[in-house]
Amino acid sequence: MNEQLWTKAIVMGSSAIGAGLAMIAGIGPGIGEGYAVGKACEAIGRQPECKGTVQSTMLLGCAVAETTGIYGFIVALLLMFANPFIGKL
Amino acid sequence: MSLDVHGARILFEIPILGGIVITETVVNTWIVMAVIVGLCIFLTRGMQVHARTKRQIIAEFIVKKVNSMVGENMGERFLNVGYAPLIAAIMSLSAFCSLSSMIGLYAPTSDLSTLLGWSLMVFVLITYNKFRAGGPLGYIKGYFQPIPVLLPFNIISEFATPLSMAFRHFGNIASGTVITGLIYAALSSLSHAVFSILPGALGQVLGNIPLLQVGIPAIFSVYFDLFSSCLQAFIFCMLTMMYIGSAAEG
Repeated sequence: MNEQLWTKAIVMGSSAIGAGLAMIAGIGPGIGEGYAVGKACEAIGRQPECKGTVQSTMLLGCAVAETTGIYGFIVALLLMFANPFIGKL
Repeated sequence: MSLDVHGARILFEIPILGGIVITETVVNTWIVMAVIVGLCIFLTRGMQVHARTKRQIIAEFIVKKVNSMVGENMGERFLNVGYAPLIAAIMSLSAFCSLSSMIGLYAPTSDLSTLLGWSLMVFVLITYNKFRAGGPLGYIKGYFQPIPVLLPFNIISEFATPLSMAFRHFGNIASGTVITGLIYAALSSLSHAVFSILPGALGQVLGNIPLLQVGIPAIFSVYFDLFSSCLQAFIFCMLTMMYIGSAAEG
């Protein structure tokens, strides 16, 4: 009984650490989107008449760049709320 | 501090075919669909050749906007085969589903099943358009481009397209839900910590009421609910149009 409890505790603790590590994936999209928005600002500054096109292209690019961060988030969500390892004990 | 993040709750079960489970997602999607249909009927009632009512002007504006979007991103020939209504339907359904979380409903778009269904539909359309553009032979040949060694990667990228679309939409809406839940939980314990400093019975009473939860979450809600919902609906539609458009070019 005690041993089972220990195993569960270790699995849950490791899962929490894993979820935290998975969210490090958020760094990449943060840098990438910031860069994209900066470039979009430059483009609008240079050609203000293209504002609409630049804005919608930037939003689309940001959404695509976000994908890797979203993958990390989904892994974290799985580890936190739908842990696949606890069922295997 | 209590944090409650859950998936769609099961409401009831239809006892045929081994039990079909009806979850909150299904019910809320039907509610949203009814609202959209009602809105469409309301906007298009009593139409005239020259727009005299506000309703008709709004309806014409929406139709024109969607038509020009489809024409710009997919090409004029897609306008005649009825892609504009499809895009408008996906966009309104996505936006209204995500926005329904603002009135306390469980947003159907924070369930991965909904998005996987939509992206499966997009996948079918992409494949259909590839078949139409190049024929069966051209479709199979597309997997061996630019060199045959890349066949496994081409197959993976074929399935990654709808999957990443679904995950992107789901992740954005679900992360909003999780962060809103965290904010509520944090504000609850913060207000308990702040107001229980007050002396005597006043502190005891006020400490148990989460006063800080009033108003502050609304600021975050503007981004996570309003902005994010509309943006994700727009992006899902843009990606749908782009993938279908590029598939049709062959």
